[in-house]
Amino acid sequence: MEQILANGVYLGSQYAMIALGLTLIFALMNVLNFAHGQMYVIGGFVTYTLYGQWGIPFVLALLMSCITLAIIGALIEKYLFAPVIKGSSREESTMLLAAGIAFLLDALILLVFGEKQRGVPKIVDGVFNWDFRVIMPYDRILICVLAILSIVAFIALMQYTKTGRALRALAQDRTAAQLMGVNVDRYSMIGFALGALLAGLVGGLLVTITGINLGMGGPTSIKAFMMVMIGGAGVISGAIWGGFILGFLEAFGLAYLSQYGDITYLLIFVSLMIFLAIRPQGLMGKPWG
Amino acid sequence: MQRRTLMKAALTAVTLTALQTTTALAENPVLKIGFVGVTSGPAAAWGISNQRSMETRAAWINETGGYEIGGTTYDIEIVSFDDQKDPKRAIAGMEKMAQEGIHYVVGPNVDDGAAAVRPVAEASDIMYFPYAFPKELYTAPASNAVLGMIANYQSGPAIYKHLMENEGVKTVAFIAANESDPLSQRDGGVAAAKELGLDVVSDSVTYQVDTTDFTPVLTPILRSRPDLLVLSGVSPANAPQLIRSARELGFEGLISTETAQDAGVLAEGAGDLANGFISVGGASTPELASPMMNEFVDRYTKMFGEYNDESNTKVYALEYILETLKATPEAIDDVSAFKASMDSFSAPNPYMNGDEQLTYVGMTSFGQKRQIAVPLVVNVYQDGAFETMFIARVD
Repeated sequence: MEQILANGVYLGSQYAMIALGLTLIFALMNVLNFAHGQMYVIGGFVTYTLYGQWGIPFVLALLMSCITLAIIGALIEKYLFAPVIKGSSREESTMLLAAGIAFLLDALILLVFGEKQRGVPKIVDGVFNWDFRVIMPYDRILICVLAILSIVAFIALMQYTKTGRALRALAQDRTAAQLMGVNVDRYSMIGFALGALLAGLVGGLLVTITGINLGMGGPTSIKAFMMVMIGGAGVISGAIWGGFILGFLEAFGLAYLSQYGDITYLLIFVSLMIFLAIRPQGLMGKPWG
Repeated sequence: MQRRTLMKAALTAVTLTALQTTTALAENPVLKIGFVGVTSGPAAAWGISNQRSMETRAAWINETGGYEIGGTTYDIEIVSFDDQKDPKRAIAGMEKMAQEGIHYVVGPNVDDGAAAVRPVAEASDIMYFPYAFPKELYTAPASNAVLGMIANYQSGPAIYKHLMENEGVKTVAFIAANESDPLSQRDGGVAAAKELGLDVVSDSVTYQVDTTDFTPVLTPILRSRPDLLVLSGVSPANAPQLIRSARELGFEGLISTETAQDAGVLAEGAGDLANGFISVGGASTPELASPMMNEFVDRYTKMFGEYNDESNTKVYALEYILETLKATPEAIDDVSAFKASMDSFSAPNPYMNGDEQLTYVGMTSFGQKRQIAVPLVVNVYQDGAFETMFIARVD
């Protein structure tokens, strides 16, 4: 049981990080960013190149991943999403744009980084072993702690800084925020950049554990959508809950259901369908949006 | 006026370039060979290594004057189609090949894609070389598919037997991704292991292909303490993570797979933890590789920046097609002539040292020669490179 709980916390923390950026962008712009997974992959590849290939210290490489993704996110918002949102009131326009960006990024990743699975040297060696009740490599523990600290830092930024307050105002009511003097265009760009930065951060953190490859983007986006739907679309605390719930469901399912084949995800999907039929707005979302 | 002059100059330049290109291409007639496989998504590495192997070899042939078949020298053109590992796309890809008049296609890479394209291939007179294992593709009445590698039901028993005899392996556990190919390979492996008298202690654990942490997946398997952990049909993307997680959980037994892997990927993803990992390769090790194989690796690396060890096996399909056409020139437009020549075809294997031959095999597994003979080289990973564990033959 201790091992299952430890696995749940580890999986939950990384999933919550992945979902945070996606839900932030949705909250600010009502955009389902299908390219979120690809941004995560780029973050992983940047860290791989800087840390794994060029030997730059891991923390610096991670920082560069965040900055790179923030710049990419800002450019995508300014030159792609903002014009489409202004020119079209149909929601599917941004969805199609997001899907197009996902395909574009996939193609660029293949061109720049190649098709192979990539990995980096371990950042910490050794395995924590508590009497064979909990076995967890130290690097996983470190990444888990860093992920939880990042989530806390993100919440603090949203709660206690001027930028965070402006972003929350934007998420609550775009028109009212504009009337109160919030520069909507600027903060939309900052919000999108922040969402992309989070994708880059988690990509950079997880490349040390899972490695990275071209094909991870799509499945990552799907998982992130699941977490966001469980927690409530556009709600920060919902994304965190969604991430930890999915992490624990996986950990328990894989431990207790493995002898019956891979039915863990089958049951998770069925549960999600039933849950959404009963509570379509998710755990923390409001029925009115 | 200046603008008009500029436009005229540009138009003239474009026309001249087009004419030059046409003239260059017109030097030799072009023989088109198709590729339908996965070059995007999580399994992209499988198809890309195919496509790049073919493109490298084709560029090499064209650079050295072309390929002579029946007194005519051809330039080789590779026509590629990404099926995205989707059977519907694979069918569309094979239809595209038929529309282009192509009779020889390498791929698809996976079981369901290979099965899906069969009606199109048979109706359009296309011989195709899948990297998929379902026996019905290669046994009569099917006759257009030629297995492009060693199947797991051929390599698995050889590996298990070797490990039983040399390493004292008695118990085995299997893990596979929850997809058709790995699951069918697992089932084949389990049957082979039982037939050899191994005690199968776990064969029901599977994982999603997008799994990011294998610790929870492996924990229940490793409790059964197998001597050998088989990663059935594992992709190069997942292999390092599975090995790393298993070792970090304290597993000290042997780990093997029947798929081809890349040493660089293992080194990056698992480091020294991958030492001792057993996989199936091609004519890859220094003692087997001929000078031509080494030149192929050099050219591939120059062309694409980095070599992929999977191409040690993937290099063969195009060579088989071209050598068979050389031996039977009328087969260029007549697939039945190609089929007729397969029983007796033989040519020197240019990628291996010694007197190795390119021949078609498969009588034991399929009752007809519908498999290319590549050496069953079982490798063991050690400190960043593969070492040959043993070599065996199919048929």
